[in-house]
Amino acid sequence: MWRRIIIVLAIILPLIGLLAYGFYRDPRYIPSPIIGHPAPRFTLTLFNGGQLDLASLRGKVVFVNFWASWCLPCRAEASELEAAWQTLKGSDVVFLGVNIQDQEENALAFLREFNITYANGRDATGKIAIDYGVWGIPETFFIDPEGRITYKHVGELDPTLITAKLDEARRRIVSAKEGTGSHLSIR
Amino acid sequence: MTAALGHVSIILALLLALWGIIAPILGSRMRREGFFVSARVAILGQFLLVTLASSSLIYALVSTDFSIRYVVFNTTRSTPIYYRVTGLWGALEGSLLLWEWILIIFSGLVAWTYKNRHQELMPWVLMILSTVSAFFLAVLALVSNPFEGVFPIPADGRGLNALLEDANMITHPPLLYTGFVGLTVPYAFAMAALIKGKLDDGWIVTTRRWTIIAWFFLTMGNLVGAWWSYHVLGWGGYWAWDPVENAAFMPWLPATAFLHSIQVQERRHMLKVWNLSLIIIAFSLTIFGTFLTRSGILSSIHAFSNGPVGSVFLAFLAFVLLGSFGLLAYRADHLKGQSELDSVVSRESAFLLNNVVLVSALFTIFLGTIFPLIAEAITGAKVSVGAPYFNSVTVPLFLLLVFLMGVGPMIAWRKASWDNLKRNFLWPALASLVIALALFIWRVRDFFPLLGFTLSVFVTATILFDTALAVRARHRLAGEGVLAALRTLARRNQRRYGGLVVHLGIVLIVLGIGGSMSYSIERQATLSVGESLSVGHYRIRFEGLRGTQQPTHYRVEGAFRIFNNGDESGIFFPALKFFPNQQSPVGRAVFRSTYADDLYLILSGFSELGQNQATLKVLIRPLVTWIWLGGAIIALGTMVAIWPAKNSRQNAESSEQANYRLPTES
Repeated sequence: MWRRIIIVLAIILPLIGLLAYGFYRDPRYIPSPIIGHPAPRFTLTLFNGGQLDLASLRGKVVFVNFWASWCLPCRAEASELEAAWQTLKGSDVVFLGVNIQDQEENALAFLREFNITYANGRDATGKIAIDYGVWGIPETFFIDPEGRITYKHVGELDPTLITAKLDEARRRIVSAKEGTGSHLSIR
Repeated sequence: MTAALGHVSIILALLLALWGIIAPILGSRMRREGFFVSARVAILGQFLLVTLASSSLIYALVSTDFSIRYVVFNTTRSTPIYYRVTGLWGALEGSLLLWEWILIIFSGLVAWTYKNRHQELMPWVLMILSTVSAFFLAVLALVSNPFEGVFPIPADGRGLNALLEDANMITHPPLLYTGFVGLTVPYAFAMAALIKGKLDDGWIVTTRRWTIIAWFFLTMGNLVGAWWSYHVLGWGGYWAWDPVENAAFMPWLPATAFLHSIQVQERRHMLKVWNLSLIIIAFSLTIFGTFLTRSGILSSIHAFSNGPVGSVFLAFLAFVLLGSFGLLAYRADHLKGQSELDSVVSRESAFLLNNVVLVSALFTIFLGTIFPLIAEAITGAKVSVGAPYFNSVTVPLFLLLVFLMGVGPMIAWRKASWDNLKRNFLWPALASLVIALALFIWRVRDFFPLLGFTLSVFVTATILFDTALAVRARHRLAGEGVLAALRTLARRNQRRYGGLVVHLGIVLIVLGIGGSMSYSIERQATLSVGESLSVGHYRIRFEGLRGTQQPTHYRVEGAFRIFNNGDESGIFFPALKFFPNQQSPVGRAVFRSTYADDLYLILSGFSELGQNQATLKVLIRPLVTWIWLGGAIIALGTMVAIWPAKNSRQNAESSEQANYRLPTES
């Protein structure tokens, strides 16, 4: 009898364990395969009319933030990003904002509201977002001086993380996986 | 007020359910009959209280009592009255209440029907029913309370999901729940027999009819779900192997296996442990299904809420599995079968094989459903398992099952003689070979469809041939005409002929699935006004676009004129509906069903209204109608099988004897 009961336990307990494990994963989460790979090249038309080619930023650490005016976590992190830019500008770091799925006037109003001064442009066709596998916003990519993506962040960023990850990018340290913020991105 | 009444009823019912669990234990310890009687009273009391609670929620929904959160989220002031009532199963809390309500109705029926029978088992049957009921009541009282209030009270509600405002949504969930809940009854009898150690075959005869009823509702629930998916969702399919669909289908497999293998136990006293396991698995799968849909652990197109209720269901599932199989392991020594298999060529072995196939199908579907979990737990990789896997592994299994469906009912018990085989299968086999050849010449040359059609013919032929022999025998014996003979046969042996009719229904479903899986045509094109698209024997001409404001949404319709083999056969208006609070439009597909094929039109996009261009998706799906027709035949067969006889007990016995007299028994 005990033998049978042990067999019953040996089948049922792992099954229940497996199902319980299901609570600790997000079935919709797909890890980004892009980390550690060269950043897809793009040319961004800036709101001030200029053109910015990513390739021209080789040798610098690039911070690319995808956002939209209707996105609440983007709103939550906007002043932090500008504050970080204010302390870092003039160094080897370039901040880039890529506005997606948005109306131009709303995007401009957003930039004015938060006094954003770093380069920003619209990805009108959505091509850049697709190349970077952007699924929700905000999503932020850190690119090292060799043009390689070292880190991807989904959701709101905080100042310490920005500094730490920019520093890692400068030292060409590739993160193992993407991170998530306290306010997740809006899909 | 309504909310308080409902909530208090649930709490009182929970207390009664707990008493219903304790009373039989006390009764058997103290040997006092009064405790057993109180267990029955506890069930009837729960029935009254849960009915009161459900009525309160329905009343709140109908009277749009927006002080209750559930009402706010599932109805509006403009919702028609029938959709207010169906709001009862529009979301989690209400569906759990509906589940509990059906459960306690079943339990009450059991308590009432067997008032004077199964004296030894009944207290334990009622205890198991109270245990399941206590679980659902506890969830309703503590975890997801349908009567939770909301403050401030909103002026209007948010309403049901637009897709759920459909007549089939009135029937699909209650049918499925009735099927799920119905399996609790045989489970309760099985557990009672195990607890009591009273392991003769009595419980099995009793539960057979309950299992047929549960099986019937499960079948209908799944078919109506498929029908809704096909006719309302507008993607042209009826089954997607989505985890939630699998969850609804999986209990059907062991339930079907059980319905066949209990005949072996009844007749030959074999397969006792197996039958108990099947019924435990079937019941556990109903809990598993609810766990799956409510926990959100697997990605599904069915948007169900996640929340704490998932972990509660998992805990209950663990309790059921460990308790039931633990008890089975403990009692297994008493469950030695009394006879052995006499021959491989016999009805026993056909049923055994049918069981093996059904359980294999269950295993493969279960594995495919939870495989994303296994893969991520072991390798960390993200995988998804889709229709190609499920189709390729289940199609051969189901075809084998169709073959067995032809063999099983006709082959003799114990050991089939060469004579028996020749008499029952020679002509049907020849007939199906001829049809197979004809189909081959008629260019049905793919292996699986050809095999499927041939086997369908084989099954139909065995059934018709066997019935014809029996009718001839009646004619010679009693001089009855064909119809009178059929009536006598069906009445003398309801279960057998009911079962055969159900088999014919399944054959139609197999034809429908086979035809639509293998020979569907799909074409998509962007058309300007006046342009046409030719698909199969249809030509579709685009006539123009029209936009109209409807009460709840804005609708864009395309007009398409259909030509069937060159003959004009009407204008179709597939549409896209734009609801103000939904991001993407809801499609309204239109279709034309004939016995040969369905023409299915989906408007997938359009240019600015002025430019008059439309993107149209056209599907031609052969034989789909036969699936729904098969469902109707199954319903008919079930009625034949369970129709109350004039003198039921006598009939049951005489039908048992009639079984032995059938011409199939040589």
